[in-house]
Amino acid sequence: MNNALRRTWNPYIAGTALGVLLFVTFFATDHGLGVTGATTSLTAVAVTIVAHNAFGPHDYLAAYARAGANTWIVWEVLGLVIGGFAGSLLGGRFTPKLDGPPRASSLGRVALALLGGTASGFGARMSMGCTSGMGLSGSAPLAAAGFLFLVGFFLAGAMFAMVLKPLWQRR
Amino acid sequence: MTVIISGLILGFAFGFILEGAGFANPECLTGQLRFSNWAVFKVMFTAIIVSAFLIYGARALGLIKLSDIFVPSVYFWGTLLGGAGVGIGMAVGGYCPGTSAVAMASGRFDGFTFLIGIGIGTLLFNGAYPSIHSWIYTQTGPDALTLPHLLRVSPWLILTVLLAALAAIGWTVGMDKSLRHSEDQTNMAVKIGPAQPKH
Repeated sequence: MNNALRRTWNPYIAGTALGVLLFVTFFATDHGLGVTGATTSLTAVAVTIVAHNAFGPHDYLAAYARAGANTWIVWEVLGLVIGGFAGSLLGGRFTPKLDGPPRASSLGRVALALLGGTASGFGARMSMGCTSGMGLSGSAPLAAAGFLFLVGFFLAGAMFAMVLKPLWQRR
Repeated sequence: MTVIISGLILGFAFGFILEGAGFANPECLTGQLRFSNWAVFKVMFTAIIVSAFLIYGARALGLIKLSDIFVPSVYFWGTLLGGAGVGIGMAVGGYCPGTSAVAMASGRFDGFTFLIGIGIGTLLFNGAYPSIHSWIYTQTGPDALTLPHLLRVSPWLILTVLLAALAAIGWTVGMDKSLRHSEDQTNMAVKIGPAQPKH
């Protein structure tokens, strides 16, 4: 595999490509790119398959369970996974592994990823969108909400990253 | 059918770009929160500025109306604390929702685990919703409030300030040799493979 491909893209080129894609998405669909709309739908639908009457009419997830998983954002996230897979294969970056902080054990890495995902999933419902759906797609039309989200994201993220810094030291 | 094709194509490009930017790698993502790697800031701010320029440019040409596209409203505590939750999630778990999906697609098992966590967090939110929705979802200001409206300035001034901030920060961190070294190391880590856990 060509070594040049294994390097990641220049961040300004990647950012420009992402900005053009986001504009095309707004132009074609009237909304931006997102992710947790899909994870919320899939969670609601998966729980309903296991337990039919899991959600009462006043539950937050009831509307998501009723709407089902055949929505634009679920297909978009499926495309995202295929695109990430194709990019990592073409770039020579596809490697099955358990990644995470170099100083954490395997069990520690799984636990941290699970815990971080839980905070992320809860947070993204509070803000009605994640880094993509609110931070990026909200800030692109210069919505105040998008920038407010990013302030909370970077402040809290930097604080917790400082506490966890020792886990990421290579040697 | 249009929904399926449009979703798959736009999503494919989204995943391909995120992976190409190196955002499947948790060391790159959390490096931004430790200020040792500025790729996340550079990519995000470039993307925001480019798409904002295109959106407001297309509006000036009469091609789109801002009222036709989705502009989120401010729910102060929900938006701010939710952003904090997603930030904490990245510091602790290494990803945000989109990048965890891309990480999984590039072979990372912890990306998959993070996604399971998102499902758990979503269910916890469903449980907490009755007791928190009234205060997190209290709207601040008018619908679809934008920075130009809030600050009563032209969107082009906001864009100029954002561009100047990106240029200043990009130039400052670009001059910093230790940062360049750290970004190269992230690339090296991609080449060499996973970091070995310490025994």
